[in-house]
Amino acid sequence: MSKTYHLTTPLSDETVSELHSGDIVYLSGTVYTARDAAHKRLVDLLDEGKELPFDIKGAVIYFVGPTPPKPGDPIGSAGPTTSYRMDSYSPRLIAEGLKGMIGKGKRNKDVTDACQEHKAVYFGATGGAGALLGKQIKSAEVIAYEELGPEAVRKLEVVDFPVTVVNDTYGADLYKIGRAQYEVK
Amino acid sequence: MREIAYQEIVKNVRDIIVYSASNLPEDALNAMKEAYKNEKSPVSKEVLKQLLENADIASSEARPLCQDTGLAVFFVKIGADVKVVGGLLKDAINEGTEKGYIEGYLRASTCHPFTRANNKDTVGYNLPAIIHLDIVEGDKIDIEYAAKGGGSENVSRARVFPPAAGKQGVIDYVRECISDAGPNPCPPLTVGVGIGGTFEKAVISSKHALFRNIGSVNEDPEMAELEDTIKLELNKLGIGTMGMGGTETVLAVHIESNPCHIASLPVSVNVQCHSSRHTHITI
Repeated sequence: MSKTYHLTTPLSDETVSELHSGDIVYLSGTVYTARDAAHKRLVDLLDEGKELPFDIKGAVIYFVGPTPPKPGDPIGSAGPTTSYRMDSYSPRLIAEGLKGMIGKGKRNKDVTDACQEHKAVYFGATGGAGALLGKQIKSAEVIAYEELGPEAVRKLEVVDFPVTVVNDTYGADLYKIGRAQYEVK
Repeated sequence: MREIAYQEIVKNVRDIIVYSASNLPEDALNAMKEAYKNEKSPVSKEVLKQLLENADIASSEARPLCQDTGLAVFFVKIGADVKVVGGLLKDAINEGTEKGYIEGYLRASTCHPFTRANNKDTVGYNLPAIIHLDIVEGDKIDIEYAAKGGGSENVSRARVFPPAAGKQGVIDYVRECISDAGPNPCPPLTVGVGIGGTFEKAVISSKHALFRNIGSVNEDPEMAELEDTIKLELNKLGIGTMGMGGTETVLAVHIESNPCHIASLPVSVNVQCHSSRHTHITI
């Protein structure tokens, strides 16, 4: 039976180990944004032995490229982007201490294996619900790679940001479980 | 010969882009409400509810429905008795596109294919628009516009089958495409299927099929029946809203077919996410 949690970042091993596929989580606190180009740069930094632009330990990364904010708003519409494009980079970041990723769509085995090995979870947010999700982001500040525009790394403060656990630390996958329940062979 | 001012086209294009970004068209909204009513999975139902709320917030607060405000795709029919004055039609559409994306606070999503650079020096603010032009009778300009997001576009496929593949080959191919796509293209989906023609004709037809209003019936009864069959098959996949599992995976299947070479059976599948942002105007 799925449970509902209210969690604040950074997340600990103990906290993410409590979560199971299908659980609903309302996230509050700091969340960092990064998409394709930013992920490549983050992993390049690690390869060069340099420091990341934010503390990855216990961090949550949101795969999002928001629309430009209207005057007076912290951010525009901000729904998740399709996550598989980050699959080649995520295991490295998980090994460094990343505890949560927010996106939409399937992850590959390397990512789900890393989630089990290093205790991390993959959260799904509702794709296309950009107006609704953008309202849960209270502040946004570009902290790296400003030249990447929508793909720059932003530090967000979120309140009760609604996500669902897709891949947990035990190898379960909500997309497979959910689909199997309704598939007509 | 009717004269239409370049600036009038710019303004119209700008306006439909800004409007489409935050207002789900009536056909898509109705289809989503219908899916909400029919969905058997409580999880998918909950997500559909979020999407309906999102549509409400977007239109009442004039916020984009989705952060992916897409590439601008146009199918334009220009009457043979129209003369655009003050510039070229294509330039007017591009100028209107750039204005719409900037003034509507929409995301610029174009970039160089390899450097991925995204700035005005290389490609412009969400330029160039993808424009398909056709010349028809009359003295009007007919513009169909859609904002095409990347998540749904990335699962598109095209293949040329041998004629023996037949109808069943088409059904199996579309089924395989949507099954593999799973949650990635943001279901519930509108699925455009281009059948026949040449390779590129099938692809363009599958894209144009997405512009048809959800709920409309194909004029060709044989294709209408095939649309129903494929829709039924796809809803058996169990993917549901955003892949959470459910009974409502597709809102509609739209087919556009063309005569083809005796040796070929080209088939293309193009997918539109639940946020089927499309507008049709005539100037």
